[in-house]
Order: sequence, then C-alpha cells, then structure tokens
Amino acid sequence: MGPIDAAAVQSALDRFAGREVYLHLETTNGAYAARDSENAMAICAYIRNGRVRYHRGVIRGDGPYRVGLKMDEGWIYAEGLTDWEVDAEGRLLMAGHDSEGRLAIALELSLTPFRM
Amino acid sequence: MERHVLVVYPHPDDETFASGGTIALHTRAGTPVTYLCGTLGQMGRNMGKPFFANRETLPAVREKELRAACEALGIRDLRLMGLRDKTVEFEDQEELADRILAVMREIRPSLVITYYPGFAVHPDHNALGAATVRAVEKLPPEERPVVHCSAFARDTREKLGDPDVIIDISSVRDVKLAAIRAHRSQSEAMMARMERDPAYRAQREATLRQEVYWTYRV
Ligand SMILES: [Zn+2]
Repeated sequence: MGPIDAAAVQSALDRFAGREVYLHLETTNGAYAARDSENAMAICAYIRNGRVRYHRGVIRGDGPYRVGLKMDEGWIYAEGLTDWEVDAEGRLLMAGHDSEGRLAIALELSLTPFRM
Repeated sequence: MERHVLVVYPHPDDETFASGGTIALHTRAGTPVTYLCGTLGQMGRNMGKPFFANRETLPAVREKELRAACEALGIRDLRLMGLRDKTVEFEDQEELADRILAVMREIRPSLVITYYPGFAVHPDHNALGAATVRAVEKLPPEERPVVHCSAFARDTREKLGDPDVIIDISSVRDVKLAAIRAHRSQSEAMMARMERDPAYRAQREATLRQEVYWTYRV
C-alpha cells in the first residue's frame, strides 16, 4: 500500500461501478481503547463480504480522503482513508492509518469473495 | 518440573507478550509445550511501523511471525484452531470447550496457561479463557491440570487480589525479546515507542523481568 493517488483511486472506483462487488468495510479504535483511557470505549464495526452494487463511486478530499458509493437504495461511506493499492488479485484496498501506522478504517472492493 | 504444558490463547503474540518468559523456562527445562492458538489475529490494527501489511495480507504475515516466535520460544507443537479474530465469543462455547478438551485428553498436560475469564480485556481473550476453564471442568477432578491465568484488566487486583504465581523470567529476557521481535507487525510500533519514551520503556521492561498468573480454582 502507498499514499492515495486520488485520480488513480477514482478510476479504480469507476471500474467497479455497476457490478456486483464484495465489500469489506471496517472501522476500529483498537480492542484496548477502553483499558488504555478511562474515557474511551472500544469501538469496532466490520462487514466482510457484503454484496453490493453502486452506480456512482467518488473520492473526495485532500488527504485523508473520503469515499462515497451511491447505490440505488442507499450509501456506503468511509472517511479517513490515507493509503491504497490494487493488489495482485485486482482488489481495490483502501485504508486509513494513524501516525503509529495502525489501521483505523478500511474500505475494500473485490469481484470475488474475501478470504475468511 | 511439569510433564507437559498446554497454552491456549486466541491471537498470535498473546503467547509471547503474556507468557513468553514462562514458556521459554519450560522448554529450556525440557518440558514439551503445546500451543493452541485460536485465530490468526486477522483484524489486528498494527500493520508494522512503517506499515508493511494490509488487512488482506495480515493473516499470512502473522502466521509466519507466529511460527518464528514459537521457534524462538522452543514451542514444537503449534496448533491453529482456525477461528476468526473478534468472533470467538459468538461461537458455540460448548463446542469450543470440547475441542480444547480433546487436546487435553491427547496430551494430558499437567499445567494449562490461558487468560482469566472476565479479566483479560479483549472479548476473544475472555471467551477462549472461559472455554479452556470449561474444558478443564469436564475432566474428572483427579485428571484436571493446574490452570494458571494471565489477567490485565484494570480491576484485576481489586477483584482477584494479588497474583499467586510470580515467575522470574530475567534469565530468559532475551528469548522473550526475540519472540517479541519475531512478531514484527505487532511489535515495531511498541519498540519504537520504547526508544523515545523512558516511562513507557520502564513499564515494558517490567514485563521482561516477571510474568504473573492467578491460579483458577476449578
Ligand atoms: Zn490477544
């Protein structure tokens, strides 16, 4: 993965538009957040292999970036994306890393299911 | 000396951070150690610093790191349970206990090391610790191994008192450090912080001198 190139991500998003894709969407602040700070809660949500179809996918921002995927009946949204790659399997992987290199958010699209 | 030690933790690196010194002392004394590792830590947040893994490559990276850490610690019998990170508490708890029980019946450990249910912060830690305790309970009393539990919730000492098992691991400090380094994706950020933050360093150094457990009375 490397720093997001918004134009390159945009063309990747366009390639997946209109197709049935597998979605991995995740956000986390770490399982130890509640232990490490009195005022924090551990927060995490993820969907792995959600099957979705969007007709409009757009990346916005100056970094960290936001991505919105507009579906016929709904939206998929991610904020805080910093890095990306299209991997050897053709999957679009995007993630947001904090200053310690820890993942805080991930948004990934694939034409085949992500491995369990 | 123990006859055989069974270690049950859910994530690659739990064995090292919680019990690396204890395990090294057992393997150096010639005691076989079996490690039942629940997941591959697929949902870990640490990707290395600077990061070199991503959400999709992380499981393979961590499995490789785990095997290197086991090598460093002298663990020759590593068994992967194939569960998924963050989902252990949602599995059928009896089925999990039965899988652990089957391993206990096979290797007949004299000591089991796991997390203290309810006092190990991460839901996977608490769930696998509870399944391990449940497995021990299923054995007839005379066949039950001793159970030492690692715990680090904030209220542990308030609720459980002081640990009754204190292991001096200073003689195997370097072995534990080597295992920590083997878990590169998970430890690089921590190592970097140790370099620049003396208070943090002092806190981490303490974990290289001593490991403590609470005996679980089944
Ligand atoms: Zn863990």
